[in-house]
Amino acid sequence: MEQNNRKAWLYLLPAMAFLGAFLVYPLVDVLVYSFEEGFNFASQTCFGIGLYNYRYVLSDPYFLQALKNTLILVLITVPVSTGLALLISLGLSSIGKLRQLYQTIFFLPYVTNTLAVGLVFMILFKKTPYSDGLANLVLGLFGAAPVDFISGPYWAKMLVLSLYTIWIVMPFKILILTSALAGVNPTYYAAARVDGTGRLRIFTKITLPMISPTVFYLIITGFIGAFKAYSDAVALFGVDLNAAGMNTLVGYVYDMLYGNSGGYPSYASAAAMLLFAIVLTITCINLLVSRKHIHYV
Amino acid sequence: MKVTLQNLTKIFPGRGRKNPQPVRAVNSFTLEIPDGKLVGLLGPSGCGKSTMLNLLSGLLEPTEGRIFFGDDDVTGLPAEHRGVGLVFQNYALYPHLTVEQNITFPLENLRGKDRLTKAQMAEKARQAASLVQIQHLMERKPGELSGGQQQRVAIARALVKMPRILLLDEPLSNLDARLRLQTREEIRRIQKQTGITTVFVTHDQEEAMSICDLILVMKEGDLQQMGHPQQVYDDPANLFVAKFLGTPPINTFTGTVRSGGLYLGQQRVLEVGEVPEGDVEVAIRPESFVPEETGPLTCGLDRVEVMGRDVSALCRHGSFTGETFRIIIDADDRQKLTGSTVNFRLKPNKVFLFRRDTGERIRF
Amino acid sequence: MNYETIQRRTALARRIGKGITYFLLTLWAIAVLFPFYWMVLTSVKSYGAYNSEWVPKLYTLSPTLENYVNAFSAVPLGGYFLNTILFTLGTTALMLFVTVLAAFAFARLNFRGKNLVFTGFLALMMIPTELVVITNFVTITNLDLRNSFPGLILPSVASVFYIYLLKENFSQIPDELYYAAKVDGTSDLRYLTRVMLPICRPTLITITILKVIECWNSYVWPRLITDDQAYFLVSNGIQEIRENGFGRENIPAMMAAVVVISLPLIVLFLMFRKKIMAGVARGGTKG
Repeated sequence: MEQNNRKAWLYLLPAMAFLGAFLVYPLVDVLVYSFEEGFNFASQTCFGIGLYNYRYVLSDPYFLQALKNTLILVLITVPVSTGLALLISLGLSSIGKLRQLYQTIFFLPYVTNTLAVGLVFMILFKKTPYSDGLANLVLGLFGAAPVDFISGPYWAKMLVLSLYTIWIVMPFKILILTSALAGVNPTYYAAARVDGTGRLRIFTKITLPMISPTVFYLIITGFIGAFKAYSDAVALFGVDLNAAGMNTLVGYVYDMLYGNSGGYPSYASAAAMLLFAIVLTITCINLLVSRKHIHYV
Repeated sequence: MKVTLQNLTKIFPGRGRKNPQPVRAVNSFTLEIPDGKLVGLLGPSGCGKSTMLNLLSGLLEPTEGRIFFGDDDVTGLPAEHRGVGLVFQNYALYPHLTVEQNITFPLENLRGKDRLTKAQMAEKARQAASLVQIQHLMERKPGELSGGQQQRVAIARALVKMPRILLLDEPLSNLDARLRLQTREEIRRIQKQTGITTVFVTHDQEEAMSICDLILVMKEGDLQQMGHPQQVYDDPANLFVAKFLGTPPINTFTGTVRSGGLYLGQQRVLEVGEVPEGDVEVAIRPESFVPEETGPLTCGLDRVEVMGRDVSALCRHGSFTGETFRIIIDADDRQKLTGSTVNFRLKPNKVFLFRRDTGERIRF
Repeated sequence: MNYETIQRRTALARRIGKGITYFLLTLWAIAVLFPFYWMVLTSVKSYGAYNSEWVPKLYTLSPTLENYVNAFSAVPLGGYFLNTILFTLGTTALMLFVTVLAAFAFARLNFRGKNLVFTGFLALMMIPTELVVITNFVTITNLDLRNSFPGLILPSVASVFYIYLLKENFSQIPDELYYAAKVDGTSDLRYLTRVMLPICRPTLITITILKVIECWNSYVWPRLITDDQAYFLVSNGIQEIRENGFGRENIPAMMAAVVVISLPLIVLFLMFRKKIMAGVARGGTKG
């Protein structure tokens, strides 16, 4: 076929310009930033090249707090949300009536503004001088003492953050798992039933292996998404996450860059590179593991 | 195992605006399938064959009627407990399991006193595999097998638990022509060897005719006729069965019965005796035409084709319901097919009369 | 075991299973819907009524719209809205322009290094936005584009994923159509606008909707790049309201603002439910 080099590049130009300026150049630049020591924003100069920024970030208690928070959040929300989504998707696939209605309802959190609904979660869980909040009242029915989930003890705040994160990520997982389940040829189930297979065994021996690629995909994206948590925390605890002790890795990057404690793009870059390294490692580990466990694609 | 159906009916409720009418997929079947027979369930697509099979397997519950295996009423017994073997049209082999794991899958479901040890399972799997001659493929995954091999694995999986009855859903439709011939003989052999009552669904009448002990012809949910293949072919109950069986297909004419004779156009072609007078549908098997100079039926001759030992010819007649029809004659009579018209005598046992309105057989 | 017991037992098990399934699904549906209900409910309670409820009531008998009036008058919610609409329209329009041209080049034109460039594009999908935001922040600041629409819009335009999605769709159009158009003397651009775009309308609608959702909810970038309320988007507005607006305790007015902000996307979703869900299922991830 004829070659139309010049024309093709012309068509690609806008995309290349945007991606180059706002994705490729920054990628290189952030790497450079992260190694430039004592970078001065105003004069655009630095003292030298080295690992100081990384050392600083890694010894910053705020960073360590953010790392700890993020890890806990990841470890709670990924398994819980994936498991719950699997359960709900299985339920959805097994019913005929009302299925569309349920699917529509379950998808709603996906199209809502994270910040906006976060406010609702906040007032549901917050204890104020005027009211203990609905969550505490419900817990009170079971005899629990009221807790301030928004500015109270650490575990309470982590619990609310996890709950909200799960609430936010469920629609995507339910949707993807439901379509994966719909993709399994129903004759496999019929064959298994005729062979006298129980429900649980059908699930573990047939359904799960068949949708395992999707489950792994969701775990990977779930890990990555949870490591990048930020706006849900802001929605619940306000912009000063360090003060609330609820900062996340991404939040730490932004705070270093801008805001009350901001103005340190070098530290922000180092922290961002560390985050990127973590995400990349997890992706690779998951890919290696999944290659072993996915029987077919 | 003898299978008895009493008034078995399945009605699918109408769904949505597109299909508001309920569908009677199986309409009050009452029949008995003797033990150890190979039964062909035959009919055009959408006639309810697969529904019938799913009712037998327990995957569907009947709307009315009862199903007995032997003397046991299994009507409400779900598929998990019915103990049938089912081979699916697309085989439904689990792609993530090896051939051996696929075959042992049903055995691993056995609980309680029926529970088997690993060694017993392996032994049974080996037996089933050797029955269908796939012992050498045990470690492969289904994706690495040809269609015919997958078919055998599916049969082995259905047989390994010694099912009370074996059900095959269009087992040959995904195979190429040569493999189809071979596999159908294979199915016959396996059925004879195991003696399991087998129901075999197909829309291909030749397939059913060639290997079955009994065939059941279905149309739009209704049982048309049941019997030995040759008997059904020789003595069809109605026009549909007559048309459905036989290759080349039977030729249909519009005729009239007057004073004990069958007329095609103005020609009195056959003596039929005491039959109510009036217009009838006439179906004549292609092999029923015998060329004879004095024969009463005069047809236009279009073309003669010699295909190996058969001689077939395309003919025309004013009473035929289509354009041209095909006849088959003895090779010895080849020379008699000359000129633009030929006279035929009809073999009376291959000519069938049917009522115009209902398609019911009029015997003579 | 006798057959009747088995029958009865399985029928019972099936009914119990169905019951549990519906129960669990309903439970989650309530968990999803309750925050929405609560936000609407709170938004129609009067300030006085809300704050006098030590035990929050699950309903109200005297709904009021004063909070909505408040939401638009006490804080510049209307302005936030307008900003978000402008930002969304601008970003989405530019994104469509860039995406369509790039996807066309990859799907239809032949040029040296095409596969290499396309692979490069795909690799870019791995880069998290969090990483590049730092430099973009510096770039936009240096260009003196903070608190401006170009500053908000430009870094949010390009999306490799949408280029990929549209390119895949373009590639499905049979080549014969293109040759036929060529023979008729149609230019590439005319072929693109008259043939390819109409054929791929469903995909275009899908990526448009996904981008609109993304824009409507974007928070991080606008927060970094604007500190002038006149350029706040709804997310930043909500955060601002939470920190300083209405006085911190006027929860009903806050909820009224939340309802107003959430409504457009929910309406959009209910209108294009199937398209949105199909689009997301095809591999979109949030954010």
